[in-house]
Amino acid sequence: MLRHTLAVLVENSPGVLARVAGLFSRRGYNIDSLAVGRTESPDVSRMTIVVDGDERVLEQVTKQLHKLVDVIKINDITVDEYVDRELVLIKVNADPAQRGEVMQIADVFRARIVDLGRRTLTLECTGNDGKINAFEESLRPYGIKELVRTGKIAMLRGTKYTGYQDNGTKEEI
Amino acid sequence: MQKTGAQILVDSLLAEGVDTIFGYPGGVVLPIYDVLYDSEIRHILTRHEQGAAHAADGYARASGKPGVCLATSGPGATNLVTGIANAYMDSIPMVAITGQVATPLLGRDSFQEADITGITLPITKHNFLVKDPKDIARTVREAFYIATSGRPGPVLIDMPKDVSSDMAEHADPGPVQLPGYSVNQEPDPEQLARAVRAIEESERPVIYAGGGVVSGGAHGELLELAEMLLMPVATTLMGLGGFPGNHPLSVGMLGMHGSKYANYAINECDLLIGVGVRFDDRVTSKLEEFAPGAIIMHIDIDPAEIGKNVGVDIPLVGDVRLTLRKMIERLKPRVASQWRDKIAVWKKEHPFEFVENGRIKPQEVIREICNVTKGNARITTEVGQHQMWAAQYYTFTRPRTFISSGGLGTMGFGFPAAIGVQVACSDETVIDIAGDGSIQMNIQELATAVHYNLPVKIAIMNNGFLGMVRQWQELFYNRRYSYTELDNPDFVKLAEAYGAVGIRVTKKSEVRPALEEAMAVAKPVVLDFPIEREENVYPMVPPGEPIHKMLG
Repeated sequence: MLRHTLAVLVENSPGVLARVAGLFSRRGYNIDSLAVGRTESPDVSRMTIVVDGDERVLEQVTKQLHKLVDVIKINDITVDEYVDRELVLIKVNADPAQRGEVMQIADVFRARIVDLGRRTLTLECTGNDGKINAFEESLRPYGIKELVRTGKIAMLRGTKYTGYQDNGTKEEI
Repeated sequence: MQKTGAQILVDSLLAEGVDTIFGYPGGVVLPIYDVLYDSEIRHILTRHEQGAAHAADGYARASGKPGVCLATSGPGATNLVTGIANAYMDSIPMVAITGQVATPLLGRDSFQEADITGITLPITKHNFLVKDPKDIARTVREAFYIATSGRPGPVLIDMPKDVSSDMAEHADPGPVQLPGYSVNQEPDPEQLARAVRAIEESERPVIYAGGGVVSGGAHGELLELAEMLLMPVATTLMGLGGFPGNHPLSVGMLGMHGSKYANYAINECDLLIGVGVRFDDRVTSKLEEFAPGAIIMHIDIDPAEIGKNVGVDIPLVGDVRLTLRKMIERLKPRVASQWRDKIAVWKKEHPFEFVENGRIKPQEVIREICNVTKGNARITTEVGQHQMWAAQYYTFTRPRTFISSGGLGTMGFGFPAAIGVQVACSDETVIDIAGDGSIQMNIQELATAVHYNLPVKIAIMNNGFLGMVRQWQELFYNRRYSYTELDNPDFVKLAEAYGAVGIRVTKKSEVRPALEEAMAVAKPVVLDFPIEREENVYPMVPPGEPIHKMLG
């Protein structure tokens, strides 16, 4: 089982997320994460989809996604050099006595403290999923009260890009 | 010019060449119905929205033009769902228009509100919720373009009541611009070259032709290619009529209830050429042993069909007709083929068979229907044993003459579909071959057929059972006939109650005269054939077996 990262450009219209997510569920494909936001063009959104599956599954996922009228372009960027990031917010127990330790951990991971309660600290951290996992594990002994991750977003390195070119066709790398 | 949304909708439909709508009115579509009242579009009022969807589907299958159906919001829209799913599974071009509660009421569980775009996401090629009357003209154009181009399919347009009644400027939307939608027409030249080489090198090729041949209008090219290379042609249920069933190279239908010789041919071929097919499990049965020694070639306009169910050695993504034409141009004719001769022997040795015992046999009735109509009728079917017998014992020679629910297997499809077919082909004989179970799923449409004087004939193969389910219970559940026996109404009286003609046939000798009588009447006719009760459809590939291991 291989984990693939797909960069999917879609029309910024209502219902697109439901179409994409529904396609995955009804055909039995496994979504690991899915992050959506708009791009440099207000008419186009970008989904970064991480999906588990062998080559055959990936081929079907890609082809079925292409059939959706709102899907403009799909790139499987797994084999290319890319940068990826995820953002996590973690609210962790931190009594005044433990605060220093938690702040040290935050330093190591270059995380930031974004909120302070009487017995809690809320931290933000960005990085690839390996780093985020390690950060989460380091804080677990203190008692994580709440945690939220954005899911992965990714972009090709260097001059390569997966942006939308208005030539009326769908492309793949 | 300022018009109401409903007026823009109807004008846009006219601009797409729509001449007929099958529908059922209700509260939120009143603005549209008010415009239709003065319109030149013919509106056929069915007695159930499911009937409207199937009629639009039948109309599309017979005419090749997109079928249009219209229903109100909520229950009207949800009643279309089975018909839309049916069209989706069989790739039929259809535009379904539903009313929706006014936009300020959306999402509040308002009276007769259903999220029909959400409900139909998995069973439409695409769907639209129109929120502004300015968008109607463009939406209609896109809907028809999507429904009819590439691999055809149903598209739904949901129209809130205020969008239909508000005024807007009606401007021509111009050409369709859908950056995320493209159709592959031309096959890849390198794959085409590989395909030609594979055909030249093959000794035992078989063509496996499906609904794509019919919808792609490729029957002429298919015939030319098969004759040129003396290649036997097997068709799927959806492909019947795509190749003349009486042609020496035809091996008829393949798969679960296909002919023995078709299934033997698939099992022993060295090249399988799938044309507009999708390797459905009713065809392939046990996938690992389907065409085990063959190179698999697959021609389809939908790239997602390639490799979905079987591994394909030579994929050709493109328009079926264009692709076959390009192959014909590059190939040289064959003069002799031992393979064809071998299949001809199988064909002689393993014909379709049934035991004649003096009682009325469904196979004979269907053969008589073929004789009486000289194979020239448009046949629709419901779903079940009678459907398979129709596929086996009626010889289809022209495309769009066999109209049946393939992928979804929808009981209740055939009769409303026949209504749509009769509307599209007013001069032709249209016969719904039905079972006593299926016909009762949309029998209310008799009122529609009578009202519009559509002289559809319904031939009921009446065995007092849900026949196909009973057959499975007999073969795989120790004859435990759990809830498959039916207490039927008097179909003759029922027909008469609706104002149609009813004919009961009690003896074998009456079959042909009854059929002739029915054909001579210019009214809807219900023919009740009480057939042998526990007759089975054979051959049959039991589920999970390879297709050359057949019962019967």
